[in-house]
Amino acid sequence: MQCPKCRGNMRTFDRNGVHIEQCDNCRGIFLDYGELETLSRMENQWNQQHYAPPPAPGPAWGGGHHGGHHYGHHRRSWVNALFSS
Amino acid sequence: MSRGSSSAGRLSRVSPDLVPHLLRLAGGDGPVTVLKDTKVLVLRVGELVVKAHPAGADEKALRARLAVRLPGLMLAPLKIDRVGDRLVSVWPAGIPLTPDDLEEPPWEAGGRLLARLHAQPVPPGLPAMGGQDRVHRAVAPLEEGHVIRQAYRTLDLAPRGNRLVHGDWHLGQLVRFPSGWLLIDPDDLGYGEQVWDLARPAAWYASGLVSGAEWERFLGAYLAEGGTAVTPEDPWRELDGPARALTVQLAAIAVTTARREGNTLDEAAEALVSSCERILATPPTS
Repeated sequence: MQCPKCRGNMRTFDRNGVHIEQCDNCRGIFLDYGELETLSRMENQWNQQHYAPPPAPGPAWGGGHHGGHHYGHHRRSWVNALFSS
Repeated sequence: MSRGSSSAGRLSRVSPDLVPHLLRLAGGDGPVTVLKDTKVLVLRVGELVVKAHPAGADEKALRARLAVRLPGLMLAPLKIDRVGDRLVSVWPAGIPLTPDDLEEPPWEAGGRLLARLHAQPVPPGLPAMGGQDRVHRAVAPLEEGHVIRQAYRTLDLAPRGNRLVHGDWHLGQLVRFPSGWLLIDPDDLGYGEQVWDLARPAAWYASGLVSGAEWERFLGAYLAEGGTAVTPEDPWRELDGPARALTVQLAAIAVTTARREGNTLDEAAEALVSSCERILATPPTS
């Protein structure tokens, strides 16, 4: 097919299942119907895999939720500490 | 117990001389119970509670705090007097906590009351809240080089903010009345950074002393009631610094108390000291 911009010759490439036409002359790219959406979806999937996870529900120096938990059966021994200055 | 008897002073180990004066100011009849016998002396006498505030407290600041009236939010004193150099206040007694309250603390009531307190304007004449001073005082008995002292030196304790803050909130600052729960103890009430009021439960949670579910109940109730001290999407942005400070304060008090009483550290104290080690190893990100 011919490039709609410069009338140059367009060549078909296949990138991860997405067909793209690129102009040999101006390097412009033509996408078929639905292929832009496919690219967006792939981009989102990549972001979810590679971006940092949301902030942890606690401080970086917190210990109780990585190591031992102290609440529960033995809490009565020190529960008064929760009620005093 | 008979009033004015020579044995009344035995009720207090720390301030025996104050006891007859407190009983006189409370007036009335009824059984006498010691609720607190530290730098403050708090007695329940029948349906009243009488509190001798610490010696050397800033009287002008304390009187301004005791003069605050927040109906439905904070208990107000019935009477303020003085014994020697100490201010004494008399209060209505609430319904005492039961073992069930300890097992199933009123996290939601606490969160809601703090959110409503935080929506109030700062009453005129109120001083800065006393939270940071509590941290300074707590670490003072510990020797230089102690891990808690080292963690203390990494804290940012600069006073900030100009909103109404309770200043010393913990579960014992909730008292049940027939009308519902109220906040008590305005001794550290003032203007400052409101996130400070959430910092002690945050410190407990960070050290594993309360569960994530309990922490969520407290914070969720605070946010649902319109509390604005933290960003709902990332509450630890605001909580991190004050929760570090409260962890240091609580660890220092636990260690000092255990030393004074000749006890080894209990598991809560151990957890708080471990958190201090991690605070030292994890500088604040901002």
